[in-house]
Amino acid sequence: MRVTFPHMGNLFIPVKAMLQYLGVDVVVPPPSSKRTLTIGAKYGPEFACLPLKLNLGNFIEASEKGADTIIMAGGCGPCRFGYYAQIEHAILKELGYDMKLIGLEPPQKHLTELLAKIKALSGTSSWWHIFQAIRFGYRKAKAVDEVEMAAFRSRPRELTPGSTEKAYAKSLEMLDRADSEIALAEAKRNADELMSAVAVDSKKAVVKVGLIGEIYTLLDPFSNQYLERTLGRLGTEVDRSIYLSEWVNDHIFMGLVKGLRSRKKACEAARPYLRHFVGGHGQESVGNAVNFARAGYDGIIQVFPFTCMPEIVAESILPEMRSDYGTPVMTMIMDEHTGEAGTLTRLEAFVDLLARKKEVKEVSCK
Amino acid sequence: MKIGIPRSLLYYYYYPLWRVFFEELGAEVVLSSHSAKGILAEGLKNAVDEVCLPVKMFYGHVLDLAGKADMIFLPRIVSVEKREYICPKILGLPDMIRCLKNLPPLIEVDINLYKNNKDFYCAIKNIGNIFTKNHLDIWRACLKALQVQKKYFKLMEMGLMPSEALALIEGRVEDKFLPDGEKFNIVLLGHPYNIYDPYISMDIIYRLRAMGAVVATAEHVSEKIVRSCAARLPKRLFWTLGNRMIGAALHYLEQPGISGMIHVAAFGCGPDSMTGGIIERYAHGSGLPFLNLTLDEHTGEAGVMTRLEAFLDMVRWRKAAFGS
Ligand code: SF4
Ligand code: SF4
Repeated sequence: MRVTFPHMGNLFIPVKAMLQYLGVDVVVPPPSSKRTLTIGAKYGPEFACLPLKLNLGNFIEASEKGADTIIMAGGCGPCRFGYYAQIEHAILKELGYDMKLIGLEPPQKHLTELLAKIKALSGTSSWWHIFQAIRFGYRKAKAVDEVEMAAFRSRPRELTPGSTEKAYAKSLEMLDRADSEIALAEAKRNADELMSAVAVDSKKAVVKVGLIGEIYTLLDPFSNQYLERTLGRLGTEVDRSIYLSEWVNDHIFMGLVKGLRSRKKACEAARPYLRHFVGGHGQESVGNAVNFARAGYDGIIQVFPFTCMPEIVAESILPEMRSDYGTPVMTMIMDEHTGEAGTLTRLEAFVDLLARKKEVKEVSCK
Repeated sequence: MKIGIPRSLLYYYYYPLWRVFFEELGAEVVLSSHSAKGILAEGLKNAVDEVCLPVKMFYGHVLDLAGKADMIFLPRIVSVEKREYICPKILGLPDMIRCLKNLPPLIEVDINLYKNNKDFYCAIKNIGNIFTKNHLDIWRACLKALQVQKKYFKLMEMGLMPSEALALIEGRVEDKFLPDGEKFNIVLLGHPYNIYDPYISMDIIYRLRAMGAVVATAEHVSEKIVRSCAARLPKRLFWTLGNRMIGAALHYLEQPGISGMIHVAAFGCGPDSMTGGIIERYAHGSGLPFLNLTLDEHTGEAGVMTRLEAFLDMVRWRKAAFGS
C-alpha cells in the first residue's frame, strides 16, 4: 500500500511526518504545477471549486509515481469540501485509476473511529505510538508556521532581494527532513538561525496587510499565485487569518489540541455583520477582517476560489465592515483562468493605495 | 400589519405554510411582484457579481417589497432536515440582505432542524409573538399552516407544479395540464427556485409542455422514495435539495417510459456543480438522454430554446426508433 494525499501549501510536511512515523509508505504528489491544474481542470466538474481540481491533479500525478491509496479529510457540510473525496474518487474510477480512498470524516460519534482508521493504515502500531506520531506531525506544523511567520516579517525588509525566499526554502527543507523529535528540535534551531540571519532594514516603514479568505487558497501559494511572496516583494508585511497548525488540528486531529487561537473569537468579532456560520471559513473571514481592522492593519485582502460559497457570503458583507472601520478591502478570486499579470497589476495598485493612505495619515498625525 | 414575502428561493417550497400562518394571526401577506427584468436589474445592482442568479433575483424581490410591506419575512433557513443544510448562501442570506439600505424591518428568525424539531417550534413561537402573546392562537395558526403545507406537498407528489398546486389550494381556477399517455415524459431536475421561476428558467416547463412533453420534477416524488434512493450514494449528501434531486433522478431512471432528463443548474452554484455531475454520471450509465442547462443572467433565450428543441428532437427520434 502506497499512500498519498492532496497538497495544500506546506501541509505535506506534517502529514508526511506523521505517516512515516507510523511506518506508512508515503508518496508525496509532485508540487502543484500548471500541469496539475490542467489535468484537474480537464477531468473535474467545470464549476467545481479550484481546490477540488488541484486535488484531482495531485492524485493523478501521485498515482503516476505509484500511489494506490488516498487519504483525504472529509466534512459534513454545508460547503462542498465535505463531498470532495467522494466526487474525486468517482472521477478517478471513471478514468481507470484504481485507487483506494480512506476518508477522515469528522467523528460525529467517536474520535476512536478516526484513530482506528489511522491504526489500520499503519498496521501494527500501538495507541501510544499513534499518539506520538500525531504529536510529531503537529509539532512539525507548528515549526513550519513559525518559520513562515519569520518570512512574513523579513520579506518586505530584506536588504538583498530574494534572501528571505532562499532561507525560507532551506528552512522548510530542513524541517521536512527531520525524522525524529530530536532531529526536529535541531532542525528548528537551525531554521530559526537561518531566518534571523537574513539581513533586514528593521527601520523600514512597511505597509501591513491582513489576509483572509478560503483556507486552501490562503495556505497554498500555487493556488493564490504566490500572493504572500509578491506582497512581500512589494514591501508589504502580511499576516494571515489562519495557519497550517490550526487547520491540521481542526481537520486531521479533529481539534485534539485545545486552546489554539480559537475560531470562536473570530466568530464573535463577526457577530455584528454575520450572525451565523455559513460553512467553510466564511464567518471567520468576516471576523478576522474586523480583527485586522481593529489591530490597525492598513489593508485587507480576501482571497477565495471562483464560486466559493461561504466566501461569497463574506464578500457580500465585508463592505459593511469596511464602512465602519475604513480599512480598504480587496477581493481576489482564483481559478484556472486567473492571469498572473492581471493579479500583479491589481496588487501593485492596491499596495500603492495603502501606502499613500498611510502617508497621509501619518502626516496628519504629526 | 402587512408582511412581505419575497417571491423567490424557498418561497417555492414553503409559501403556503408561511402565508396561512401569518393570515391566521391576523396579518396581511403581500408578495413581491413576479420575477422580471426590472427585479433582476435591482438584484444585479445590489448584489456582488459572484453570487448566483437566484440569489441576485432574491435581492431584487426584497427591494421590490420596500414600500409595499411593513415588515419583510426573512427567516434564516439553516436546515430543514436532520444533519442537512440547504446552501451556505441561504445560510448567510439575512446578513447579506441586512446590508441593503432603506428596507422595512426584517423578521429574522433561525429555522434549524439540524438536530431536532424542538428549535422549529421555538422559531414559530418567536415569530408568533410579534402578533400575539396568546400561545394557543400561535399553535392553532401553526397547525393550520402545517396542514395546508402538507396538502401542497401532496399535490405536487400527484404531479402538479407548485403554481398549479397553489392555485388549487387558493381555490383559483387555472387550466391544468393533465398527464397524457400519448406524450413523452421528460424529467426536469433543478433547484425549485430555478425551475419554477418562469423568468429564471425562461419558462422551461411551459415550453417543454408546448413541445409535447409531460414534465416530471423532483417534487413529484414522495419524500420516502427520494430518501431511499438517495441512500444509495457512497456518502450521505448534506444538502437537502441536492438529496431530493439525486434521489428523484435515481428513482426516475428506473421508471419505464421516461424519455429524457434535463438538469438545470445555476451558474456558479456550489451544490449544483457537485450533484449535477453525480446525476449526469448515473444518467449516462443508464443510457437515458441527458441535457445539462446552466443558467445565468447572460444566458440568451434563443440559445436555450435551440438546445431544448434539439434535445427533444433527439428524444423523439430515439423513441420512434426504439419504442419507449
Ligand atoms: S470553502 Fe469554498 S473552495 Fe472550499 S470547498 Fe467550500 S466552496 Fe469550495
Ligand atoms: S444552492 Fe446554488 S443556486 Fe441555490 S443559493 Fe446556493 S449556490 Fe445559489
